[in-house]
Amino acid sequence: MKSHKKSKRAQSPFQLALRRFVKNKLALAGIIVLVLITLGAIFAPLLTEHDPTYGDLLKIEKAPTDEHLLGTDGSGRDNFARLLYGARISLIVGFSAMLFTLVIGVVLGALAGYYGGKVDNLIMRLADLILAIPFLVLALTIIALLEKVTITIFVTVIAVTTWPSLTRIVRGTFLSLREQEFVLGARAIGASDLRIIFKHFIPNAIGPIIVNATLMMASMIIIESALSFIGMGIPQPTPTWGNMISEAQNIRILRNHPEAWIPPGLGILLTVLAINFIGDGLRDAFDPKSNRR
Amino acid sequence: MYKYIIRRILVFIPMLIVLSMIIFGLAKAAPGDPFTGRMLDPTIDPEVYEQQRDALGLNDPVPVQYVNWAARMVTGDFGESMYYKGRSVASLIWERMPNTLYLGLFALAITLIVSIPIGIYSARNPYSIFDYGATTFGFFGLAVPNFFFGLIAIYLFAIKLGWFPSQGTITGTDVAGFQEFFDRIHHMVLPGITLGLAGTASYMRYMRSEVLDVLSSDYIRTAKAKGMSDRNVLYKHTLRNAMIPIITLMGFEFGALLSGAIITEQVFSYPGLGTLFINSITNRDYPIIMAIALLLGVTILIGNLLADIFYSIVDPRIRYD
Repeated sequence: MKSHKKSKRAQSPFQLALRRFVKNKLALAGIIVLVLITLGAIFAPLLTEHDPTYGDLLKIEKAPTDEHLLGTDGSGRDNFARLLYGARISLIVGFSAMLFTLVIGVVLGALAGYYGGKVDNLIMRLADLILAIPFLVLALTIIALLEKVTITIFVTVIAVTTWPSLTRIVRGTFLSLREQEFVLGARAIGASDLRIIFKHFIPNAIGPIIVNATLMMASMIIIESALSFIGMGIPQPTPTWGNMISEAQNIRILRNHPEAWIPPGLGILLTVLAINFIGDGLRDAFDPKSNRR
Repeated sequence: MYKYIIRRILVFIPMLIVLSMIIFGLAKAAPGDPFTGRMLDPTIDPEVYEQQRDALGLNDPVPVQYVNWAARMVTGDFGESMYYKGRSVASLIWERMPNTLYLGLFALAITLIVSIPIGIYSARNPYSIFDYGATTFGFFGLAVPNFFFGLIAIYLFAIKLGWFPSQGTITGTDVAGFQEFFDRIHHMVLPGITLGLAGTASYMRYMRSEVLDVLSSDYIRTAKAKGMSDRNVLYKHTLRNAMIPIITLMGFEFGALLSGAIITEQVFSYPGLGTLFINSITNRDYPIIMAIALLLGVTILIGNLLADIFYSIVDPRIRYD
């Protein structure tokens, strides 16, 4: 009790987590890399004067010059401009797909975990089913039925096919919270369901939710690039890293112009690594028991 | 255990039915008759058009259509391809299936052979240089998109060094016997490694943390205190217990392996189910798309079922509730 008086102001679990997080060097490196890539994406118009969608048919598959730092692609578009603007689309798609999935996943997981019983059964069986069909197969089958793929539709398809894993996590946390006595206490003093969910459950489940959302954004970026690579994602000429790499399906570009497809690949690799480091850092910060490196 | 297995199988059946309903629902949304593969021309005489629809059963109530479709699927009749005129979907799929199967098994073999020893060695020498190296490899293996890795592999090992072929399954038709076997393996090296990379990284991480967990458990300390040799502790006590979660992981990773195969086959122009699937999407060849989606879905369901059953056999503590 004595030491209690001497100690500084009590810190919330969130502050404690933040302190642990900033001590994690890899996670900080991840943040720095991610910020740099984001800045490059935001200030793309300042860093290049080329239009990433304009193709000069007189300059196809050119080697790098001072004007075109990474050369031009198969339609005469500037690769460097596409790399910067591609970061924009890749990050936006990754982030909004993550956010959309997060909303579906948390709402359904909360419903299932809080109410249990029939609601739980219904939602979880649906989740099992979607998990049973390989994500890529389901997403591609839906895309095959669509007339045209836009960024909004694409993000929706990803969200609709990937929410189950997050729902499972949220549901699990909620189910265990439901049995705890402080919830009974809250209910006894007349707190509404919504109040209990928002005041007591979500703050207690926020750690795993944030960690999984972060790691999910990394896989969303890979998914976007993979689908764009096989020509089933964001349609050309919109620049995305996946679209740029798909140019390398042409053996001539693959062989002679590595400067055209390696940078976007490294872009994906760096972004995903950075996000994964941040996610792992957050995991360790929120769960001091886990000593995973 | 038997009770568990029976209950698990009973859960499998309704999942299979709902899976088929989802695919059926998606197929219904496709234009034409995606089930038999005949494209209907709506510009013809409306009366003839209606007769054709009647003949194909498209005017039946939806549940009847579903039952008829399901009955055909069960007997292996997937209809006809819309794009490859006159070819049945089943024949196209059977033609490609072995290639994907070999590639998947090859990748799985690489994954297990590489990841498990590395994971064990890392766990026995934690925080050694080897362990750091393996962890770094794990981070990269999970972060690099497999199509990018595949392109790099083609660029380095097929184009620059010329060690491996960059595409296809076989060089020519004039090879036979052992020569054919080795030629096929030779073609599978690059796509196999590409497909196995992500799995290798995640199994390795998993194996490391499992072995670390088991090594710090009481029964290992007891075994060591009894004077059991390190070798026996490792093989008789540690590995047997550490392998249990790996089996569940295999059930889940199975789906990832199949999805990975779709992309990997595309990179290496490898004539398997994945390339057939993607070509069919490009060609809007719905009967093939639906048949492959159903086939892969069923395969994954069976994979998960087997993993669960196997899990209950190796770990008798598991109970269904």
